[in-house]
Amino acid sequence: MNALIYLIPAALLLGLIGLGAFMWALKQGQFEDLDGAASRILLDDDLPEDQREHRGDPD
Amino acid sequence: MTAVPSSASFSPAADLDGFVTRLDGGTAHIDLAVEGLRCAGCMSKLERGIGALDGVTKARVNLTSKRMAVEWAGARQSPTAIIEAVSRLGFKAYPFDPGRLEAAADREGRDLLKAMAVAGFAAANIMLLSVSVWSGNVTDITPETRDLFHLLSALIALPAVAYSGRTFFRSAIAALRARSLNMDVPISLGVLLAVAMSLFQTLNHAHHAYFDSAVMLLFFLLIGRYLDHTMRRRTRDFAANLATLRAETATRLLDDGQTRTLPVSAINAGDLVLVRPGERLAVDGVVESGTSEIDQSLVTGETVYARAEPGTSVFAGTLNQGGALTVRVRAAGQGTLLDDVNRLLEKAFAVKNRYVALADRAAGIYAPVVHTLSALTFIGWMLAGTGWETSLVTAIAVLIITCPCALGLAVPAVQVVATGRLFKAGILLNGGDALERLAAVDTVVFDKTGTLTLPDAVMAQEQVVDHATLEDAARLAMSSSHPLARALAAARPQATPLEGASEVTGSGVCVQVGGIEWRLGSAAYCGASDTVRDTAQGAAGSASLIWFRKADGAPQPLRVGQALRPDAVETIARLKSRGLAVEILSGDRQDIVEQVAREVDVETSAGAMDPAAKIAHVEALKAAGRKVLMVGDGLNDAPALAAANVSMSPVTAVHLSQAAADAVFLGERLSPVVTAIEVARAARAIMGQNLWLAAIYNAVAVPVAIAGFVTPLIAALAMSGSSILVTVNSLRTRFAGGR
Repeated sequence: MNALIYLIPAALLLGLIGLGAFMWALKQGQFEDLDGAASRILLDDDLPEDQREHRGDPD
Repeated sequence: MTAVPSSASFSPAADLDGFVTRLDGGTAHIDLAVEGLRCAGCMSKLERGIGALDGVTKARVNLTSKRMAVEWAGARQSPTAIIEAVSRLGFKAYPFDPGRLEAAADREGRDLLKAMAVAGFAAANIMLLSVSVWSGNVTDITPETRDLFHLLSALIALPAVAYSGRTFFRSAIAALRARSLNMDVPISLGVLLAVAMSLFQTLNHAHHAYFDSAVMLLFFLLIGRYLDHTMRRRTRDFAANLATLRAETATRLLDDGQTRTLPVSAINAGDLVLVRPGERLAVDGVVESGTSEIDQSLVTGETVYARAEPGTSVFAGTLNQGGALTVRVRAAGQGTLLDDVNRLLEKAFAVKNRYVALADRAAGIYAPVVHTLSALTFIGWMLAGTGWETSLVTAIAVLIITCPCALGLAVPAVQVVATGRLFKAGILLNGGDALERLAAVDTVVFDKTGTLTLPDAVMAQEQVVDHATLEDAARLAMSSSHPLARALAAARPQATPLEGASEVTGSGVCVQVGGIEWRLGSAAYCGASDTVRDTAQGAAGSASLIWFRKADGAPQPLRVGQALRPDAVETIARLKSRGLAVEILSGDRQDIVEQVAREVDVETSAGAMDPAAKIAHVEALKAAGRKVLMVGDGLNDAPALAAANVSMSPVTAVHLSQAAADAVFLGERLSPVVTAIEVARAARAIMGQNLWLAAIYNAVAVPVAIAGFVTPLIAALAMSGSSILVTVNSLRTRFAGGR
């Protein structure tokens, strides 16, 4: 039963970290444009020009 | 967004400074509504393209709301240049009126999401502890460990309930102040009593505590509220985009003769505005100079054009068909017509008997029953002699188990799914309870002009001239921007345009073909005498005339008129086959209205109705016990729209009508009216089922609770079980209305 002394605070702490992360993301405006966020993952802006595949481009 | 009229465009010289907000440090900010924004590719193309412009510091697309925010350093860019750059990339952008944008800061949504996150965190952690207690209770948990777990649960639950429950507490207090009961009263009472009793139980080393039930209830209900809120917000954002795409701007004439394009909100009474041919008026006023013909069909329903000359009053929403006008803006409320409409509108809103939404009616029955049951349980156990403590615990358990988790989701979940379904079909709903009112409709009243017929003029089927003449006129019409000429050109898309045509603003176009002059334009421009014009107009009925003449030949009238929406006949037949009565009310002439009524096979029709007559008719129908759906678009329809049980407007309607309507539909087709009614009926049926599901659940659970056999485990299972059942049932609404 002594393990509880560590386990309960650890569980609560992990949960709080998750909650804090969510609040931070919310404040950063990451939930303002959910459709955009879903599409942005397809962009390859972070790659150098020659490695890009323009599959997402309509033209 | 193809339904949006493309009349708005910004000339390179247009000064759009009225749309720009200046931020600290000299940065300028503008919000644009972007048409044609669909995929990730479009997004990166726009952001990269605009971001690369000189001086631009930020270009961020919001794909959900189809908007883009652009910021640039002070003087190095202009809004016009940015909009042009966007159009070079293949998109159409329209600046947002900053006065309209206050809705963008979505505080309410954020607060709900935060409350939901906190409740979710608390529910998960308390459940972790609760499951340990429940399994320990049937095995070997020591009383000390159980007390510790309960105390920890209390530590998490108390702040979580205080934070996440605010929405409900606030609304419950407001309801109690108004001496009424809404759903939030039993919710708040249930949650607060559950927490208080659990705290008491914990301190008394009892076996059971209900912290998990209280927090889980809040979590479920907040999910429902948030879904509801996002759906509403999405609709509102979309409606705001549409309003912007319709570009409610006016061109203001400055004292030095320069012009400036401004959002309508920046135009004041007394300003002079310039209205070019083909433009829709954005303000009410009196013509100062210029003569023209005004298409008032959107305002009065009348299709024959009215003359405008210095001194004539003109109204927002009307279309300038002839020459350029300068208009002195009049303060709102002074106009005779608009004044009338506004007064009627206010009256209609005031007498509109407040519809009691299904959920509120359910709450009205539910809350007293639950509270009485709970009180009776307490008295019953007291009489049975179990002592006040056990009696109170049982009574509160009754309150918790009946807590309207499923009931709270029963109606909103269906509303969210149905609103989403309608949204996909191009119907924007203004409020959730509009669904219920739509479902009850048994009479549909249509306006004629712009509702049964298309808002833009098209070439009439019956012409008095031969084919070759039409063909030639269409070729010349291609060089003109006049709405009537455009209708003519649109009817013959394969015609080849003529070279060297020149347009005389306000009169017409002319061209030299092999030494012969062709003219297309007003009667006077083509040399038709007044008697010739009046005879031709008399024969043309509701159609408008545009004249065509070759050299010295006789001027020929070409008819351009209103066309029925492509599926108007079919839609009305479908409405009738569903047992709905259909009527037509119009401000247009009686004979024209009767002709249209025959075409679409409607027996009851009335013409020459002014706004007051329309209201009177709708009220008479309501007094006869009918549930009226009014569909209209004009300014003259707005009061009737407000007076009807429920109302719809096409997206091309005037602003006032859209504001008065419960739903707005997009596109050229009329079938959304049928879809809306079908989806609403299906949604109403599923709401009823959900309420029954919730009631059955209570009928089973309540006796168990009254008997005192409820444990937190049973409460948790019952609560989540019934919520999931109701939610899954709501999803069936998605398949309502076919397709």
